[in-house]
Amino acid sequence: MSAPAAPMFTPAARQIAERLGLRPGRANLEVFADTLLELARADRQVLAVTSDSRGSGKLAPFGQALPQQIVEVGIAEQNLVGIAAGLAAAGKNVFAVSPACFLTARSLEQIKNDVAYSDNAVTLVGISAGVSYGALGSTHHSLHDLAALRAINNLDIVVPADNAETRWAVRFAAAAQHPVYLRFGKAPQYDLHRDELSARRGESIVLRRGSDIALVATGEAVTHAVLAAEELAVRDGVSSTVISVPFIRPLDTTAIVAAAGCGALITIEEHMVHGGLGEACAAVLLEAAVRVRFRRIGIPDEYTVTGSQADIFRHYGISMEGISATARALLGGATSRSSVA
Amino acid sequence: MTEPAFMSSAAEDFTALALKSLQYRRHLLEIIKHAGAGHTGGGLSCIDILNVLYNRILNVTPGNFSDPHRDRYVQSKGHCVEALYVVLADRGFFPASELQTLCQYRSHFVGHPTRKVPGVEQNTGALGHGLSICVGLALAARMDQSPSRIMTLLGDGELAEGSNWEAAMAAAHYGLGNLTAIVDCNTLQITGRTRDVCSNEPLDAKFGAFGWDVQSVDGHDLTALADVLSRPAQPNKPRLVIAHTIKGRGVSFMEDVGKWHHGVPNDAEYAQALAEIDGAMAQIAAVA
Repeated sequence: MSAPAAPMFTPAARQIAERLGLRPGRANLEVFADTLLELARADRQVLAVTSDSRGSGKLAPFGQALPQQIVEVGIAEQNLVGIAAGLAAAGKNVFAVSPACFLTARSLEQIKNDVAYSDNAVTLVGISAGVSYGALGSTHHSLHDLAALRAINNLDIVVPADNAETRWAVRFAAAAQHPVYLRFGKAPQYDLHRDELSARRGESIVLRRGSDIALVATGEAVTHAVLAAEELAVRDGVSSTVISVPFIRPLDTTAIVAAAGCGALITIEEHMVHGGLGEACAAVLLEAAVRVRFRRIGIPDEYTVTGSQADIFRHYGISMEGISATARALLGGATSRSSVA
Repeated sequence: MTEPAFMSSAAEDFTALALKSLQYRRHLLEIIKHAGAGHTGGGLSCIDILNVLYNRILNVTPGNFSDPHRDRYVQSKGHCVEALYVVLADRGFFPASELQTLCQYRSHFVGHPTRKVPGVEQNTGALGHGLSICVGLALAARMDQSPSRIMTLLGDGELAEGSNWEAAMAAAHYGLGNLTAIVDCNTLQITGRTRDVCSNEPLDAKFGAFGWDVQSVDGHDLTALADVLSRPAQPNKPRLVIAHTIKGRGVSFMEDVGKWHHGVPNDAEYAQALAEIDGAMAQIAAVA
């Protein structure tokens, strides 16, 4: 008999969420599927292409509603991306949907050549990304995808945090005339935005403004940063800026440099610490000659411990408690703003 | 399918077509010699196929290249790009003189097909990509009820890439009668005989078992190529044309010799190669 999965948020974190008035939302995956169906109903050029991933992509309702607009290629991710490129070359608005771990590793050459280099405006949708598959293990984790895809020219990389960011990102990708990679997980998220977004390509979103430390996060790590900022304020009197960075590329360098004005900056991502948001921010700050105390939170250079997504997050400090602890250490054990000079 | 405007049914045109093949071979050798690089052997094995495609089969011209209903040709065996460039230049996609810049600093004539060059549909060069792209193009054409035909050229060595077989399955699954894949079956790859490196024989039985309509043809017989490629498709079956070719065809000392895969002739070899081709052209002119 298996043990019940640990919840993503501890009782203390849930209390902080309540204090912030955060409402529980849905899984970004479900919001993606609903938004895509809505777009496809309005435009028959919108297609979903799947590699036996209709169920895991929550696209069964799409397939039932619009059977002429879904293309199934079987368990063949290379072919998935190649076919998607061909469909896009013929003018279709293609969303190629597959677990991020397979899509961005097995099909990497197709992404590079057939989509990005040939400039076919495919939206590559990496579902169940990061460690969403938890205890299924490292074959099913995508902790390399941001690093791999950042090194491929002509590909926007978009990692929405919550449902509103996901809705916005899917619409953005559908309207884009160039290749886009969308990445999200399958666990329910808190709603971080009260309203629909009206962002521009490459824009990050400042969720909280503070002066002691900046928490710069992407994807499903953003919620934990939001909670940590409130906990740091309540417990330690630390004032935090929190930025959601949906665009890993193009990166909002202006916002990152501005955030470093806090004097301390932590990046948080559901990705290996190599090659993702943290290293991208480090490069920006170094080239801008910004002096800032700096830490990256993510998965270190190892295959993860066994456990659920929540277990793995907590193990590597991608949690309210973990982020707060890293912030305190970075601020030199300071417990109030006045002592953080 | 409407016939392209340039299509002529006159039998005497095959003499002109044969002459074109020789001109293409000459031009191909010229640009490879000038660049000091290129895939000579494979270019010479597939040039007759490209000649027939662009001068007899495909409804693709510089004038209709933005027409969504044009035919599409994706060269999956991208390394034989010189053959493609030479034919595209002859079809008027760009001035032939531009090919003097092949592989030079800042030239858009890259050593594998790129869309920077007018007339090139897709960037290729890594093997095993073209057929999947063509499955996508063919699916889209069918969705749009377009008369567009989709064609690709594969190498026999290239078929070791597993992605081809993923695409072969999908093409048959979707019954893509508007898709034709041609194998430039010159039986050699860079290491040696394809059958010795990793045999994929019998190709006809394999593709047949995958559900394709399989045809075989002498890949240097222009009339036979035009005939097989212009036959109506079998309903709901993708077509594979196995074109039996000779690597290095048309230059005696290059024919069926592996080292010419990407060999560049020295001055004496170059002179001899051109003399052989010029001799063949003179023979045709004498008969005509």
